[in-house]
Amino acid sequence: MTATERKPLELVCPAGTPAALRTAVEAGADAVYCGFRDETNARNFPGLNFNREEMASAITYARTHGAKVLVAINTHARAGDPGPWRQAIDDAAALGAYAVILADLGLLDYAAGRHPDLRLHLSVQAAAASADAINFYVDAFGVKRAVLPRVLTVDEIAAVTHHARCETETFAFGGLCVMTEGRCSLSSYATGKSPNMNGVCSPASHVSYRKDDGTLVSRLGDFTIDRSAPDQPVGYPTLCKGRFKTAIGEGHLFEEPVSLDVRTLLPALAAAGVTAIKIEGRQRSRAYIKAVVSAFRKSVDALETRRPLPLDSLAPLTEGQTVTGGAYQKTWR
Amino acid sequence: MTNPQSMSLTLGPLLFNWPADLWRDFYARIADEAPIDTVCVGEVVCSKRLPFFSDVLPDVIERLERGGKTVILSSLALPTLRRELRYGATLAEASQMVEANDVSILPHLIGRPHAIGPLINVYNEAAARFLVEKGACRIALPPELPTASIAAIAAAVPEATVEVWAFGRVPLAISARCYHARLHGRTKDSCQFVCEKDLDGLPVDTLDGEEFLAINGVQTLSQSYCNLIVDAHLLADYGVKALRLSPHTWDMVAVSQIFRDTLDGTREPAHAMRALHTLAPEAVFSNGFMHGTNGAIYAIG
Repeated sequence: MTATERKPLELVCPAGTPAALRTAVEAGADAVYCGFRDETNARNFPGLNFNREEMASAITYARTHGAKVLVAINTHARAGDPGPWRQAIDDAAALGAYAVILADLGLLDYAAGRHPDLRLHLSVQAAAASADAINFYVDAFGVKRAVLPRVLTVDEIAAVTHHARCETETFAFGGLCVMTEGRCSLSSYATGKSPNMNGVCSPASHVSYRKDDGTLVSRLGDFTIDRSAPDQPVGYPTLCKGRFKTAIGEGHLFEEPVSLDVRTLLPALAAAGVTAIKIEGRQRSRAYIKAVVSAFRKSVDALETRRPLPLDSLAPLTEGQTVTGGAYQKTWR
Repeated sequence: MTNPQSMSLTLGPLLFNWPADLWRDFYARIADEAPIDTVCVGEVVCSKRLPFFSDVLPDVIERLERGGKTVILSSLALPTLRRELRYGATLAEASQMVEANDVSILPHLIGRPHAIGPLINVYNEAAARFLVEKGACRIALPPELPTASIAAIAAAVPEATVEVWAFGRVPLAISARCYHARLHGRTKDSCQFVCEKDLDGLPVDTLDGEEFLAINGVQTLSQSYCNLIVDAHLLADYGVKALRLSPHTWDMVAVSQIFRDTLDGTREPAHAMRALHTLAPEAVFSNGFMHGTNGAIYAIG
């Protein structure tokens, strides 16, 4: 499709709190995604997320300001105890959420059967990395949009989007999962807590630091994730961003502590037919939300009016203070 | 509740890049000697490895079936390229049952008997129920599930064979990026198959020397070996009908015999544990996932 035929890229922004949601909407978000304050969403961090009243107010606020609210219910329902997850879906529907973002086959089945008018988005946690996978969810549950894993290149995104029978959404900025999302148990291997089951990855409750002759040792559970010399920056010990050793060599074996920034790739993503771009970071501050959403609003507006893309750096805001185009730029192949 | 003696043993697909000769000889011995009921064969991790053994695959399948094994064809874990997706469609045309390791192959399998592999997210009874109603008759559960979840799922789909990851390094993550290639300073396209040097995966230790993970191309596994031999009877109580043993360079005939004897009650679990230790004295065992805690630890009881 050419730029004149397609709809403008939809800017989907994170909100961990009602205040962050208002900040995102004010900064130009077309849609905001957020979750209830429990383990039904994949950012189940202390002090984060919305109770039912806050969600109701947020949906009203967003609607009066022309924005949509997407409710993420993107962990897997616990076997034998689906109640909290089903209640979250029922409540999101009753509160008038624009869509729910789901990953679990059982919950998709429940939502499609119980709320046939509720718009379903397929979470990145469902790990649908091909049009065949996406179309399975479209046919089975009537999914209207799929969020693509961060492991695809732009060419692959274009091919998937072309063959998918629903909209696609790709990550545009923020934390970078190098493992296929929703198919990673690294965190629970070290801590017993996983994204799929508990909505957390490398949880702070299991992080500890100790000094070892001036070196700062970052630990997750019973494992050292990194050792930083006094002059080295110390990052949060996210498991896959740590330094490890093998018989071949040592270092960041899985991924450098970098963040994703696809602003320079927006024309390619738009040409690929992507409907929406997503900013990661429901756990981040309002200042972060304001800066990143504003920058992306400017970039998307420039793209849609065929003006040069602004390229002010967002790197200082990111984890690792370094940004990458990730898999999108095909440097791994 | 399953009688342990009626529990079956499944040999999971070989996850590592073994030379074709070793691959063929391994399965020949399994066919002739191992007390295994079901054998999953085929490449799961990296489609680039497929050409190496596709020539010998028909012979291996025939040999296994002649040895009385039920053969299941395993699909790729992360097909994204067109040829990888086509490979899934081709698998689905075979006479053997296919085990899905990615949702993308399900449209080809729906409506006829098929298996769900441990890399598909089945975390609760509703997901299991949905898949069984679409024709799944075997479900190998994700290795990180605790017994409470295993029991609830098994109870919800009594007509299906619910299987649990019982032996071998645990698959923890899959990526588009090849870590073997990255470590050797190569890209995925120019990898020169460096993963073939590590027949059980490449051990990854922490900078403080703790044994942690293992790299297998685009896959990351635990360095510890999951070992549920002591827990096998408990799993039977919870309705698990099959245990999955994942192939390693260990003597897998001996491993399967130790599991079989334990299920049959002819070998005490503690004795079985010692026997497994003897097979690979260096190996560290784990069973934490099943007990609802860190996957890396070995929890007693």
